[in-house]
Amino acid sequence: MSQATATATTATEPKLWGGGHSPFNVSYGKMMMWFFLLSDAFTFGALLIAYGTTRFFSAVWPDANQVFKSFPFLEGMNLPLLFVSLMTFILIMSSVTMVLAVHAGHYGDKKNVVKWLLWTIVGGICFLSCQAWEWTHLHHEGGWWGSFTADNTPLSAFQGFFDVKRDGLATVAASGMRSTHDFFNYFFTITGFHGCHVLSGVCFNIMILVNTVNGTYQRRGHYEMVEKCGLYWHFVDLVWVFVFTCFYLL
Amino acid sequence: MSQEIIIQGPNVEFSQGAEAAHHDHEHHEQHFIWKYIFSQDHKVISKQFLITGMIWAIIGALFSVFFRLQLGFPDSTFPIMEKFLGEWAKGGKLSPEFYYALVTMHGTILVFFVLTAGLSGTFSNLLIPLQIGARDMASPFMNMLSYWFFFIASVFMFVSLFVQTGPASGGWTTYPPLSALKEASLGSGTGMDLWLISMALFVVSSLLGGLNYISTVLNMRTKGMTMTRMPLTIWAFFFTAVLGVLSFPVLFSGLVLLIFDRNFGTSFYLSEIFIGGKALPHIGGSAILYQHLFWFLGHPEVYIIMLPGMGMASEVLATNSRKPIFGYFAMIISLVGITLLAFLVWAHHMFVTGMSPFLGSIFVLLTLLIAVPSAVKVFNWLTTMWKGNLRFTPAMLFAMGFVSMFISGGLTGIFLGNSALDIHLHDTYFVIAHFHIVMGVSAFFGMFAGIYHWFPKLYGRFMNNTLGYIHFFITFVGAYLIFWPMHYEGIAGMPRRYYDYSAWESFKQFQSLNGFISIVAIVVFFTQLLFVMNFFLSIFRGRKLTNKNPWGSTTLEWTTPIHPGHGNWPGEIPEVHRWPYDFKDDGHGKDFIPQTVPLREGEEAH
Repeated sequence: MSQATATATTATEPKLWGGGHSPFNVSYGKMMMWFFLLSDAFTFGALLIAYGTTRFFSAVWPDANQVFKSFPFLEGMNLPLLFVSLMTFILIMSSVTMVLAVHAGHYGDKKNVVKWLLWTIVGGICFLSCQAWEWTHLHHEGGWWGSFTADNTPLSAFQGFFDVKRDGLATVAASGMRSTHDFFNYFFTITGFHGCHVLSGVCFNIMILVNTVNGTYQRRGHYEMVEKCGLYWHFVDLVWVFVFTCFYLL
Repeated sequence: MSQEIIIQGPNVEFSQGAEAAHHDHEHHEQHFIWKYIFSQDHKVISKQFLITGMIWAIIGALFSVFFRLQLGFPDSTFPIMEKFLGEWAKGGKLSPEFYYALVTMHGTILVFFVLTAGLSGTFSNLLIPLQIGARDMASPFMNMLSYWFFFIASVFMFVSLFVQTGPASGGWTTYPPLSALKEASLGSGTGMDLWLISMALFVVSSLLGGLNYISTVLNMRTKGMTMTRMPLTIWAFFFTAVLGVLSFPVLFSGLVLLIFDRNFGTSFYLSEIFIGGKALPHIGGSAILYQHLFWFLGHPEVYIIMLPGMGMASEVLATNSRKPIFGYFAMIISLVGITLLAFLVWAHHMFVTGMSPFLGSIFVLLTLLIAVPSAVKVFNWLTTMWKGNLRFTPAMLFAMGFVSMFISGGLTGIFLGNSALDIHLHDTYFVIAHFHIVMGVSAFFGMFAGIYHWFPKLYGRFMNNTLGYIHFFITFVGAYLIFWPMHYEGIAGMPRRYYDYSAWESFKQFQSLNGFISIVAIVVFFTQLLFVMNFFLSIFRGRKLTNKNPWGSTTLEWTTPIHPGHGNWPGEIPEVHRWPYDFKDDGHGKDFIPQTVPLREGEEAH
């Protein structure tokens, strides 16, 4: 609509970068969010590149199909990457519901904003719960920050994380413990850092849900806050795609 | 529908205090706490940054005096040091552990707390809204948080000076393993923990500030203030903020991994280490990884420190030469070039870490490329002054000193940027001389130029000129006397970070030179105290401004009242009609035309 008015008044239309208005037609808050996300992308980028270099210099690396093959209540079955696929699906669905919430906000449709925000929050909490289960499961398998360093660790403690047929038993025995150690250090740090982002995203979403229910945005005349939190939420999802790729697929 | 509401900035009303209040009951005087402490006015926040930065600068400089005493006179004792440092200087002799703590803290304080927060925090805050014509920053609240995060970071760093095992002592770069293993040295314990907490908070502060500066510059320019009508100061602050927003997060990642290595048994940076003959359980990490992460911030950090000085020197030089800046667009493009290259050269700090010589040669090429935009800037400053109608105010002198120092220090950068030469020069006093001149003294000169020039805007009074001249000449001559000889020491192979050079046959010859450097350093230190005195006395006793525009400047900050309230302009924000460097005949006997004056008939825009 603002574009329509702009074309209608071409005679006095100010230059795009001429000052007196936003060149991108975007509020300062949204712009700050974009730049913050850019900055945060560098944080994650640095962590993932650090992970990449360490992995590149390792003789062997734990095989994702071996490490992540369990599913809650179906222990003992070999279900590689099934659980993480579920987690990823949940998170991506929560992005979809966020889009719907933002969309409803554009129309000032309070009821639907509340509904879709609620689903987004549920999705976020489900993802975090899945992560909690996965962490606990890996912890039971011996993985944690600083695990697998003792000299007398038997081969059997970490052999199961590797594709022994591909890597060869001798290589796994020689440098498997060190890379298992590195693997879990990075895994818990990076997924933990991402989990913190999801957690804070859920908190933001709860805050804006409360505000929406109280009618704060209705009175303000716009649901921009929902949009800004939406940007953050999508970013967190996008980061997960990279984290997921680096730890589970590559 | 609601787009308009969203896009207009925060609702900062102009408030001059009681006198503007009429009978309007909404306009009563703000409480002291909200006006001066938790203020959201960018001008007050700017003063907060400046004064906190000055306190840090005095502490950091005092530390350099302490360790210069040790370096210059290793055989003497200075009982006065014991008064300041207690057990760390028993009998007036600095302990080796605390020597390292002092150099580490000197670096950390000056690089981060003074020349990053103190410099860009002060002047970005003061000048961005005033020069682009905005009532305040995009988000005054986040701006306030930015200062208070800096303040908390400062508190942690300050506290670390008093812990029993001393502050961090592994160098300002805090390389592991020294920084990662608590038992590695005294300062690697609590001091290092506090250092990490403080720096993490510092990153938050820098991020909050940077986001604000970027969005303010992009979104809040007044009518007519196109990007190419912005003063070069604003361009410089803009790119400084971009550098900060993109490089500090990488340092943050690096510090997160370091915190895990220190506290949770991980081995991101550690591998096969023995302490006291005992093997540590850490396996599989790489100390070089930290250096990559650190210098990915560390190098842009150099430009975070330099760019504000460059911008302010451009402004001060043009104003006091009564000439348009030479090559305005070249100045902007060179800023873009520097900003881009800043991210591509970090590994030149790591030539001797065993990196592939092929990779090294790429970093040599990229590093030397920075000489191009830097030289463009230098030539533009020189040609701006060329045949100008120079007014030697203290600010102008410092701006000229800035250019001088930037040339001297920049040239030695070309030496160090060559990986082959760097094998010899790495970690010697040549490096110390190089970076102190180019980013230490030079950036300080930019800052002094800014303080002398904009002091009237900050406090409505002038600083004392005579003291300003004394300050300039002693500092200028002193800085060269301190750092010039260090080049020779460095070429002779004298390594940095050593506690006592008299113990080395090769470096004994420099003993008297080191003594000389130390004496000059002490003189220069006391001259800075003179400046601090001048600053604080002038706030209360300085000559009062009678004219809104004392320097005959063209830019918007001089169109505000002498004591602008929150909101900067009573009434409408002025509209801009021309570029900021119209130093020419205005047809009424004046040699400048403010940006707010519309083009005359037949006059061509720049």
